[in-house]
Amino acid sequence: MSKRKITVAVTGLNAVDSPGPGIAVIRGVKECTDFDVRIIGLSYESLEPGIYMGLCDKTYQIPYPTAGSEALLHRLAFINEKEKIDVIIPNFDAELYNFIKIAPKLKAIGINSFLPTHEQFDARDKINLYAFGQKHGFYVPRDRVIYDVHELPAIAEQFGYPIVVKGKYYEATVAQTLEQAQKAFHKLNAKWGLPIIVQEFINGTEINVAALGDGKGNTVSAVPMRKMVITDKGKAWAGITLEDQSLVDLAAKFISATKWSGGFELEIMRTMDGRPYIMEVNPRFPAWIYLTAGAGQNQPAALVKLALGEKVTPYKTYLVGKLFIRYSWDMIVDVSEFQKISAFGEL
Amino acid sequence: MEKLRYERPAIKKLNAGLMNKFGTRTEYAPCTHIDGVAVKDLIKEYGSPVFVISERTIRKTSQNANRAFKTRYPKVQFAWSYKTNYIDAVCNVFHQEGSWAEVVSIFEYQKAIDNGVPGNKIIFNGPEKSVADLEQAVNNGSFIHIDHFDELYDLIELTGRIKKKAKVAIRVNMDTGIYPMWDRFGFNYETGQAWNAITKIMASEYLELEGLHSHIGTFMLSTQAYSIAASKLSDLAVNIKYKYNKAIHYLDLGGGFPSANTLRGSYLPGADVIPSIDDFAEAITSTILNYGYKTEDLPLLILETGRALIDDAGYLLGSVLANKRLSDGRRATIMDFGVNILFTSFWYEHKITPAQEFSQHTEDMVMYGPLCMNIDVVRQSVNLPLLNKGDQVVVHKVGAYNMTQWMQFIAMRPKVILIDMDGKPHIIRENETVDTLRSMERKPDYLKKFKL
Amino acid sequence: MKINKNIAISESGFIFNPGTGDSFSTNPIGAEIIQLLKDDKKPSEIIKVISSKYQIDGPSFEKDLEDFYSQLRDGSLTAYE
Repeated sequence: MSKRKITVAVTGLNAVDSPGPGIAVIRGVKECTDFDVRIIGLSYESLEPGIYMGLCDKTYQIPYPTAGSEALLHRLAFINEKEKIDVIIPNFDAELYNFIKIAPKLKAIGINSFLPTHEQFDARDKINLYAFGQKHGFYVPRDRVIYDVHELPAIAEQFGYPIVVKGKYYEATVAQTLEQAQKAFHKLNAKWGLPIIVQEFINGTEINVAALGDGKGNTVSAVPMRKMVITDKGKAWAGITLEDQSLVDLAAKFISATKWSGGFELEIMRTMDGRPYIMEVNPRFPAWIYLTAGAGQNQPAALVKLALGEKVTPYKTYLVGKLFIRYSWDMIVDVSEFQKISAFGEL
Repeated sequence: MEKLRYERPAIKKLNAGLMNKFGTRTEYAPCTHIDGVAVKDLIKEYGSPVFVISERTIRKTSQNANRAFKTRYPKVQFAWSYKTNYIDAVCNVFHQEGSWAEVVSIFEYQKAIDNGVPGNKIIFNGPEKSVADLEQAVNNGSFIHIDHFDELYDLIELTGRIKKKAKVAIRVNMDTGIYPMWDRFGFNYETGQAWNAITKIMASEYLELEGLHSHIGTFMLSTQAYSIAASKLSDLAVNIKYKYNKAIHYLDLGGGFPSANTLRGSYLPGADVIPSIDDFAEAITSTILNYGYKTEDLPLLILETGRALIDDAGYLLGSVLANKRLSDGRRATIMDFGVNILFTSFWYEHKITPAQEFSQHTEDMVMYGPLCMNIDVVRQSVNLPLLNKGDQVVVHKVGAYNMTQWMQFIAMRPKVILIDMDGKPHIIRENETVDTLRSMERKPDYLKKFKL
Repeated sequence: MKINKNIAISESGFIFNPGTGDSFSTNPIGAEIIQLLKDDKKPSEIIKVISSKYQIDGPSFEKDLEDFYSQLRDGSLTAYE
């Protein structure tokens, strides 16, 4: 049987030390035996390594999320005129809002995607996560959104030290005392503004689950992984698949509760007494997603099929004890290529 | 041989990490016409800078807001928020569309009366109302929204003296999960202050409690907060019905809906993050409809939407005065308008587009106003084509607050033009001249002469 | 004003400065001026060439040329004289 020719566009080509998932997604999609895939890379910056790795047949620059959904739609429509994109897979948290917003318009010009809804996207936002956990019966660390440093003592008393003081967008500090908490509050306020999120500290083992929901409440795939080497930015540099039905069940329960459509990652902290706390839900594939293909559940390829409206049989088993080990690799590139992508936005 | 079109030479460093501009052409696609009238002609005829208001856009926006609420709820009344833009011609477009008047000072009140708004279709809000102001409002049968106990006692005293009924409502402030909480206006819900005020009104002989009013904030991005406000006002209304067997005639949810402007520091553009008017309508009306009013007791829903109805219709046209380069190498462009007439540039990243065609070459620049004052910055950083002295630009979505909060400082206020439904421009406010200033100044005799 | 002799400029307006590793892009008129500078043309000659070819008068162009020089200097594209 001859392979079907399709064109898939992928963002997140920043395969750097805190990598975007694009390259891993491309490798998964390319390994699918059903398709003959042409890959269109979509980059934001001209030195994203994925542009130069030979994995993208062609790369286009796209406008930053701050330019708005209209600018993005405009640019993608232009690219689509030339490339006839069948499926698009965005991979950054910050761009998802816009991609979800324009998904129906992309569909109208023939570009399929398989993304969560804005409601699903918002429900797992760190500001709403605790309420979400309460509603659906998940363990989620208690937290409070505060605007005033004077609210700290009462919350600390309730949660008990240590507490985690988190910025609106990024950064978190573990505070052992009120003084440390106040210092963190002022520092994070100065950097990211209000509100500040105060969270209960959970001690345990960190585990990640990459999963794919079909949008009807069914789990297509779920693969748990524990990080073995962690960079100073907290990113996995090596990890191993685990055998643990309770984690697969947790992902399934999350998918069934949210009817999640698309890929996502659960960041879980399992306490000493075995309770799995959901620390964060990333609304897209993680950077280590290629491990799912290596373990026998090719989630990127399955997502492409779902996006194309094809039926996908849920995966039942995966290989336990498969490792991914990341490495750095210096490529040699001529300045003319950098100039072309920088000035023309195409390479 | 004919000479080629000139463009100023420019180079741009290709940075690895900086934002690319691909696909952002929509941001600076030239805006050459407003409602069919050429920007060039408007500036030629009326000068630069000049404010231009599209009547077509006002009516379209207003009708859309009415549709959003009236298709969801049986009794809806909009009241035009005068402080947002109180040029008579603008107010009257809204009145022609069926809006009442919502005023916050006696001078706005007088404007509404002079415009021909019946007294019983004026809502009088705000913390500043003198006894004389109140008396006028009582005599005209206007709705007085009481802000504090001092005003309440003034009204009780006044109506007792003149023996006339006053139609009143109280402004209620409350926790809707929004920060900051606007608890400086009105009576607080959670502490029982609002109920206390209601009790006093119900006990007074001449005050008729007609409605309950809230105005929870400005540029609100959450529809949920309105739902909470509607629910808390309804709670008061239902309690009034229970305790006094009196049905409240209206709930006034105030204003605060955002326009599509982008707030400074916002990650995504305004147009992408603001809820639509339908989202707000759904949140408010579904809360009231599901609250458990008897059908015959269902209150009239009043909205004092200002910004969201007028911002889009306003444009500011201006011209480049000069280009220069700052000591750090950044390009600076000096415009003939600044924060003196574009007050909103303090909190918006205004969309600014050139008014003539350009090549695809662009540059980042700081855009300054003409004042000799360091804070006169229109945009801290904006990417625009290579503008030359005399080139014209259009600032978008400036209809709200600029034509009321503008200041006469260093430069005079410019003309305001309304483009009517047929594309015909009308001057609706003249520009100020030095005579405008002179007409108000008085020189004591001994200061009339000097020798230098 | 002299431009660095080793500056490479392509037809599509790319400039590469091998001394610093920086890349730039310029508009067609910028590329034209850089070429004139490489040919050791004096400012007065450049002003004459440009103002006779484009819709711009000499004095107005002189101002823009000065600014362009400052941009070239900022980009370390000029040579020490």
